[in-house]
Amino acid sequence: MSAVTVAHDTDGVTLAVFLVLFGAVTIIGFVAARWQRAKAASLDEWGLGGRRFGGVITWFLLGGDLYTAYTFVAVPALVFGVGAQGFFALPYTILVYPLVFVALPRLWTVAHRKGYVTPADFVRGRFGSRNLATAIALTGLLATMPYIALQLVGIQVVLGTMGITGDWPLILAFAILAGYTYQSGLRAPALIAVVKDVLIYVTIIVAVIYIPGKLGGFGHIFDTAGAALTKKDPPGALIPGTTDAQVAYATLALGSAMALFLYPHALTASLSASSATTLRRNAAVLPAYSFLLGLIALLGYMAIAAGIQPSGPNYAVPDLFAFMFPSWFTGVAFAAIAIGALVPAAVMSIAAANLFTRNLWAEYVNPNMTDEEESKVAKIVSLGVKLGALVFVIVLPTKYAIDLQLLGGVWILQTAPAVAMGLYRRMHRHALLAGWATGMIVGTAMAIDQNFKSSVYPLDFLGLHINAYEAIYALAANLVVSIVGTLVLNAMKVPNGPDSTAPEDYVAPVDAGGAPLPATADEDQRAGRFVRPAGSGARTGSGP
Amino acid sequence: MSNSRARGWYVLLILPFLGLLYPPLYSRHDPELFGFPFFYWYQLAWVPVTAALTIVVYRKVVHR
Repeated sequence: MSAVTVAHDTDGVTLAVFLVLFGAVTIIGFVAARWQRAKAASLDEWGLGGRRFGGVITWFLLGGDLYTAYTFVAVPALVFGVGAQGFFALPYTILVYPLVFVALPRLWTVAHRKGYVTPADFVRGRFGSRNLATAIALTGLLATMPYIALQLVGIQVVLGTMGITGDWPLILAFAILAGYTYQSGLRAPALIAVVKDVLIYVTIIVAVIYIPGKLGGFGHIFDTAGAALTKKDPPGALIPGTTDAQVAYATLALGSAMALFLYPHALTASLSASSATTLRRNAAVLPAYSFLLGLIALLGYMAIAAGIQPSGPNYAVPDLFAFMFPSWFTGVAFAAIAIGALVPAAVMSIAAANLFTRNLWAEYVNPNMTDEEESKVAKIVSLGVKLGALVFVIVLPTKYAIDLQLLGGVWILQTAPAVAMGLYRRMHRHALLAGWATGMIVGTAMAIDQNFKSSVYPLDFLGLHINAYEAIYALAANLVVSIVGTLVLNAMKVPNGPDSTAPEDYVAPVDAGGAPLPATADEDQRAGRFVRPAGSGARTGSGP
Repeated sequence: MSNSRARGWYVLLILPFLGLLYPPLYSRHDPELFGFPFFYWYQLAWVPVTAALTIVVYRKVVHR
């Protein structure tokens, strides 16, 4: 194999195809506001699309939301750099769906009954603790912000490969995104996700048929990559050989799977489904995307076999496409990646806006907002969130966004005892808060100690040598404090907060029919602060 | 409602965790399949298997 350096020149055909597709998506984004719109303005409408998305749209939205442009760039880049270790993304995205299948229908049902929009809303109602809900909301915001910034990095890489540099194209792309998210809310990414996913599927299916054909087949690709990986410094491997590598692999897969569905954007897309059954069905068919992700990861090996010498690891796949594909199809592929950045960025900014509005603004500044005011605040915050991400990427080196996103995964997993386990068991609110703080500190300290170079931490403990994902240690510390704390506080008879949910709120009796449940005024009343002024909420009228 | 019997089906969803979270089980090059080392095709094969298990649980637990 000979070394290939891909020049980043502007190709007229590639750019034209890219711009046409990007333009089409922009129009869809703005028109989406008219789709299935309810009369009343509320956060349920803007921030959750009225909780009316059926199975197909939920599939596209969740798929488009969880598999981000950054994933498409970074996963094969990692495989390109280190080999098998980067492939943990496959077991990770397989294991997330059994978790989704079991836990999210419960969360959907209780959220629908009680009018919860965010995970922190649920924690507020379940544990009656303002402090714990604030901690959950802040964790969600902190974890989401760098993730939005990384979507911009995805666009930047694609633009860079097309020879477009400077900040203005990026600012323009984000201004368009901000515009239609503001106007259409969650409906914009829901419709754009359909286009995005079709483009991604076409690109990857073509790539895994066309590129191996040109490179002499998969057997040859694996052999060439395996040989090249051993010569890297530090050496990579085609198969994880050492116990350290295998423990790291398994804990990264498990920790990431548990973290993924706790992210606010995953929960926002889930809560927008029309029923708990829609979510269960989706958990069975969403793995189709995981298969795709596994193939995308292998693009890293194809880049090695093709002899691509990228200017940075993130350019491995864009360079491979530009080198292998005819100009027009490179345009399609690049549009797929760039549009792939818009869907998650939109959902993430909506999720962050929902959290800010419900759990910080309504909690501490203006508790008496009407539905309309609430959606107005969220729309403005969604603009602020995107502006923040843009400034972050333009002013600071990309490294910071990547480091923070890595930490974000560690942080968001620390909400598991309150949010995920809270669906089943009720630990003590003070213990959960202490556990959360412990997990945050342990995880952050480990990442800093590793200089952010790795998300895996070698630990010698009681004569054992463990080489595991930082988030897993942090969660273990979190759980020990939460459980022991709960036992002690309960024994001392320290009162736990009031629980505004009842066991039957988690199980939907007419679930199998797939019809949405209308919430009753009585249920709203029991939810305390989530009382809606009569007649103003679209949700109460959304039943069949 | 035969809730406890229905719940038993959820055990099927533990299988992907057992199959994927113990890498010594599949950290091998051979046997190859279509040029893919075992490590890669074994994990890819868990995608349709997990989907199928989920559908079985869905049918048994929810859609009776």
